[in-house]
Amino acid sequence: MKRILAILLENEPGSLSRIVGLFSQRAYNIDSLTVGTTDDKTLSRITITTHGDDRVVEQITKQVNKLVDVLKVFDLTEVSHIERELLMVKVYARNEATRAAITRVSDVFGATIIDMGKQSYTLQLTSSSDKIENFLKMLCHESDLIEVVRSGSVGIGRGDKALRS
Amino acid sequence: MNEQYNGSELVVKALKDLDVQFIFGYPGGSVLDLYDALFEQTDIEHVLVRHEQAATHMADGYSRATGKTGVVLATSGPGATNCITGIATAYMDSIPMVVLSGQVPSNLIGDDAFQETDIVGCSRPIVKHSFNCRNAEDIPSILSKAFYLASSGRPGPVVVELPKDVLNPQIKFKYNMPAELEMRTYNPNTKGHGKQIKKAVEAILSAKKLVIYSGGGIILSNTSDKLTELVEKLNAPITNTLMGLGGISGSHPNFIGMLGMHGSLEANKAMANADVILALGARFDDRVTNNVSKFCPNAKIVHVDVDPTSISKTIQAHIPVVGCLDTVIEQILEGVSQSNVSIDRSAQEAWWNEITGWRAKNCLSYDTEKDKLKPQTVIEKLYEITNGNAYVTSDVGQHQMFAAQYYPFKKPRQWINSGGLGTMGFGLPAAMGVKVAFPSDDVVCVTGDGSIQMNIQELSTCLQYGLNVKVVSLNNRSLGMVRQWQDMLYGGRHSSSYMESLPDFVALAESYGHVGIRVDHPDELDDAMQKAFSITDRLVFLDIRVDESEHVYPMQIKHGAIDEMWLKKGVKA
Repeated sequence: MKRILAILLENEPGSLSRIVGLFSQRAYNIDSLTVGTTDDKTLSRITITTHGDDRVVEQITKQVNKLVDVLKVFDLTEVSHIERELLMVKVYARNEATRAAITRVSDVFGATIIDMGKQSYTLQLTSSSDKIENFLKMLCHESDLIEVVRSGSVGIGRGDKALRS
Repeated sequence: MNEQYNGSELVVKALKDLDVQFIFGYPGGSVLDLYDALFEQTDIEHVLVRHEQAATHMADGYSRATGKTGVVLATSGPGATNCITGIATAYMDSIPMVVLSGQVPSNLIGDDAFQETDIVGCSRPIVKHSFNCRNAEDIPSILSKAFYLASSGRPGPVVVELPKDVLNPQIKFKYNMPAELEMRTYNPNTKGHGKQIKKAVEAILSAKKLVIYSGGGIILSNTSDKLTELVEKLNAPITNTLMGLGGISGSHPNFIGMLGMHGSLEANKAMANADVILALGARFDDRVTNNVSKFCPNAKIVHVDVDPTSISKTIQAHIPVVGCLDTVIEQILEGVSQSNVSIDRSAQEAWWNEITGWRAKNCLSYDTEKDKLKPQTVIEKLYEITNGNAYVTSDVGQHQMFAAQYYPFKKPRQWINSGGLGTMGFGLPAAMGVKVAFPSDDVVCVTGDGSIQMNIQELSTCLQYGLNVKVVSLNNRSLGMVRQWQDMLYGGRHSSSYMESLPDFVALAESYGHVGIRVDHPDELDDAMQKAFSITDRLVFLDIRVDESEHVYPMQIKHGAIDEMWLKKGVKA
């Protein structure tokens, strides 16, 4: 089962590698990983999407929590949450019919055209990972992909509370 | 108050303030300034080893015997990487240790400079935490954090990397040791959750077949007395892991022996038949459980550990309790006193009768031969001569298991071995570390002809510092445990498990300035041991030729349940 873990940790050199190292050392999966600073510059926030049964995920959460640099670990999939990922995709758009088809698919998914070349469109979509998968699948029906860049998921819980509190 | 110190002096001053008495290390280019600062003072004694791995094992042995944090100092590059095995050993057994490693100057880091290694990176999977020190002013606070982390919660090794420029004697700073440590991300749990304690107490008191299974956590948390009190209050049978031996006296009537791969039949049988298992500071290691899918099917498991990751990692706990054993055992004792559930004493009596039946099989009996010295006999003799009071360290292999089985340890911290990592070469330097702490006690390294050669160069350190340990080498001219597995599981094909060109260990010991005694025949053992222990001002190396065909029994049958065991060659329990 897919899980989204939100991790708050000290923004120190090497703290990211402790997280990544832990996952490879204990043979846990990382499906995506993003990291950035937070409003508190001394803290970083990592979002990891992973999968595994309840027992594995429980161990992952405990092991991450055990790292001295980690302030808090939270399994967002346990609560009501919002997940977003940024996709940028370059597709061939050689003729009018293809361009129209790409635009139609983009409109349906809410993607925008952010650049174009002589024979290509570059599209941007911010959405859940599921929807991005779907969008790419539909796009493939209309044209050939040149390049795909995905940011990996970030997530936040719904409601008034912050992860930190 | 305005005194100024350079980086190296800051390290030394901080170590003094953290009550460090001994450092085990080896100098080199990047730490010469620090060695110069050590030269200027007498409060901290530096012990110069012959290989950095031995420094880590010495610090480790020192720590295991005293409970204090062991300190290692090594230079950058090869000095630091030589520490890796010792760091991993300490990590697996949760031993508090601080390793100070040199590093090339900050401006050269990343340039593949001479003797540069990313030691923080290399050691990351085998440390509790690590620090790159980039500013000399931070040295006191980093070191105080390092010592706090190493020794609190579930203890473990901490690496501190000190680049050469940070230790520069030319630049001076104020000394700022923080009065209180503030670590917002680290709060080791101390107290067990009330509800969980209540559940645990109910399960323990309503058990008909209770077993207490305790591990190294009891030793590390100094809770042996409380454990014994609990055992007596409940009149429960207790088994120890290899790491937990000495947690209760080996001669206590409720002690049913070590459990696991080479544990006693009664301990493994009791586990397999228990209805409640109270696990205290143990981690259901694969050398205990055997096949996890067949593990103790009828038992409700109460698992107490300071480290939540140990709970339900290999075996699902029914009642998990996270907390320091010290407080949790007290909470349990209190709960037992206050509970209105009373122990079913007639069920308990029936349970003890069952256990007595297994005990009667006398699983540690072995056949003696007139002309062949049995390794078990050597350990029994060692026990007799030392009145069971020696500190015993061991290497890894058959001799380690014989020592664990045939030397019933009276008290915690008396038995020192590499249980988790299984590091050959651990025994001698660990014994030296113990001897540094307790110079007038008997310290014995039980080893074999394979293991001893993995750190034999330390015989030289022993001479330099007068570390008069006793080396009891069970010499079977082969890698006994490997050979045993080859006999039992590989059709007797002894692939690379024999030693064809062993040195003359007596002459070797003598060339290092020590006393060497060789024993070839059972009849010589008593005299040799008497002689060895009557010499107190020299190191004595006993090269004891034992029966090379001997196997360690009992032994769990591969892939079987915890109590499926070989009792002797070809005899199943």
